[in-house]
Amino acid sequence: MIEAVGLTKRYGAKTAVYNLSFQVRPGVVTGFLGPNGSGKSTTMRMILGLDAPTSGRVTIGGHPFRQLPNAPRQVGALLDAKAVHGGRSARNHLLSLAQLAGIPARRVDEVLGVVGLQDVTKRRSKGFSLGMGQRLGIAAALLGDPQVLLFDEPVNGLDPEGILWVRNLMKKLAAEGRTVFVSSHLMSEMALTADHLIVIGRGQLLADMPVKQFISANSADFARVRTPDTEPGQREKLSGVLAEAGGQVLSETDGALRVTGLPLSRISDLAHGADVRLWELSPHQASLEEAYMRLTQGAVDYRSSDDKLAHLQAPPQPGQPGYGLPPQPVVPADVPQQGWYAPPPPGQNPYAAAPQPPAAAPAPPQAPPPSAAPQQSLQKPSDTTEDAR
Amino acid sequence: MTAPTPTPTPPPPYGYVSPIPVRRAHLGDALASEWTKIRSVRSTVWTLGTMVLLMLVIGLGVAAIAAGEGGNMGEESALPLGFFGMLPASICVITLGVLTISSEYGTGMIRTTLTACPSRARVLTAKAIVFFLLVFTVTLVVAFVVATAQVAMVEAAEPTGAEWARATVGAAGFMAVLGLLSMGVGALVRHSAGAITVMIGVLLLPLVAALFMFAPALKGVQEALFTYSVPSQMIALYSAQPPFGDSGPAGWEALFTLVGVAAVAVGGAYALLNSRDV
Repeated sequence: MIEAVGLTKRYGAKTAVYNLSFQVRPGVVTGFLGPNGSGKSTTMRMILGLDAPTSGRVTIGGHPFRQLPNAPRQVGALLDAKAVHGGRSARNHLLSLAQLAGIPARRVDEVLGVVGLQDVTKRRSKGFSLGMGQRLGIAAALLGDPQVLLFDEPVNGLDPEGILWVRNLMKKLAAEGRTVFVSSHLMSEMALTADHLIVIGRGQLLADMPVKQFISANSADFARVRTPDTEPGQREKLSGVLAEAGGQVLSETDGALRVTGLPLSRISDLAHGADVRLWELSPHQASLEEAYMRLTQGAVDYRSSDDKLAHLQAPPQPGQPGYGLPPQPVVPADVPQQGWYAPPPPGQNPYAAAPQPPAAAPAPPQAPPPSAAPQQSLQKPSDTTEDAR
Repeated sequence: MTAPTPTPTPPPPYGYVSPIPVRRAHLGDALASEWTKIRSVRSTVWTLGTMVLLMLVIGLGVAAIAAGEGGNMGEESALPLGFFGMLPASICVITLGVLTISSEYGTGMIRTTLTACPSRARVLTAKAIVFFLLVFTVTLVVAFVVATAQVAMVEAAEPTGAEWARATVGAAGFMAVLGLLSMGVGALVRHSAGAITVMIGVLLLPLVAALFMFAPALKGVQEALFTYSVPSQMIALYSAQPPFGDSGPAGWEALFTLVGVAAVAVGGAYALLNSRDV
């Protein structure tokens, strides 16, 4: 059981983690998600007593980490697989850690077998591949056979077989009644592994709930509707009818419509009533990734932009074919840039304020009109940023 | 993925109990761990090997030259010849002392170590003890071998028991404490190259600076630098009287001065390591 209460960490003027409170319970795999720089690793380091919180506290089984009588026997952690002395062999590295906690040397050979490194025990870890290093880190975490396990990006660099192994390992550890806390960027992996999610953005709690509830609460399942391309009038007609019936309609670039707030059968009935033929009527289920992107889009610090190579391009030579393409007029897309995942974006995030929302049914989101979408995604939600700075 | 909502009543904290018996960890565990660490990296073998080589080759070489010249040592015994091997060897000890802690910072191993042992004072104490004993033992053996050879080769006054003690136990202690000072600086600076540079500077610069202080106004400073620079202290260790001028430490006092300086550095390392984020 890990319990954080009002955890805050400031580095000078920058607040890495602000007023974070959560519990990680035994018996389930708890996923820890957040965009880059959202404070995941800082939180992990504070749990392990490596960084001292500016205010608030975090305890493991009721004790601060640094006061545990024999920490590795209660908490195992993989923070950074590269945090080993490369000149030391795998076995000596683990042996030095085992001796720190009075763990018998037999256990070292045991965990080396568990992670599949039994053939390279004498090799210096400098020569290890990313995946082998990761396995060594996992071995170190398992060494003390602890009740609480923390893993920061455990599947980094692992091959598919290794990923499957880690997934099953996490589930097995949790099934044995241990507390398993895993951070990862791989949403598909989290959807398969985790039972519970803690999501942070800009150092603050965004969500703390079971995975299923998280997906249903943070995504809008939508229906894709396509009318015959040959009769553009039908599209306008259907849009009007659907909007009138209470659905939200967004048009996609290829002419299809995204409809939220109406069940498929109702859309079909309305189309029939309006005498509009349909070429496509398909349900679109949101994935964990979409739900996650929806929730965190306002809290992303590092966003990539197009690499235009603008200053490297030769000025276009008239009449000369080749690289110097004539400037193309930029056609604004009909659908907002980040709109490839479930629209419409949430007007406000109800989970930023209340960490434990009611077990809401996948209610149709009361969203702003689609035209508000682009500005919405560029703006930082004020309630998550202002008081953090 | 089968987690029902709401979450089922969780099992009590510590739902899992390990079959391996849990006991409190103590300093003895940390000592064993640090011994494993220091013996399992090549830098230890390289630095200590170089140190032994320098002490032997230079110590015996100087003795051979002195013997060839007729062994006119004045009233002194042959033991102070050991100094010439000690000086270059101390650079190896400085390097090893710094690396003992700064290599953990350089590789990130310190985070793994402090996760496995949250008591930072225990880690530093274990490092200091293991490092001290290792360097002390190795230096003691080599210094004794070199001193015996020097006394046998060079015709000079027969050394007294006190002189023997200072040239072996004293020299070994001096080297080990100099290493502890380096370890303290390594823990403060947390960067191998930086800390080694600082220590080489501390070792050599005062003497070099003093060499060029010709102005009479700087006479006092020059004398202080000559007296208290590390190489001068090493020479002082071998003689019963202050070797430069009338004041300044002589014999064991040279070692005690260094112990004081090292205590300050290591004390600072304890305080900072405990309060700093890793």
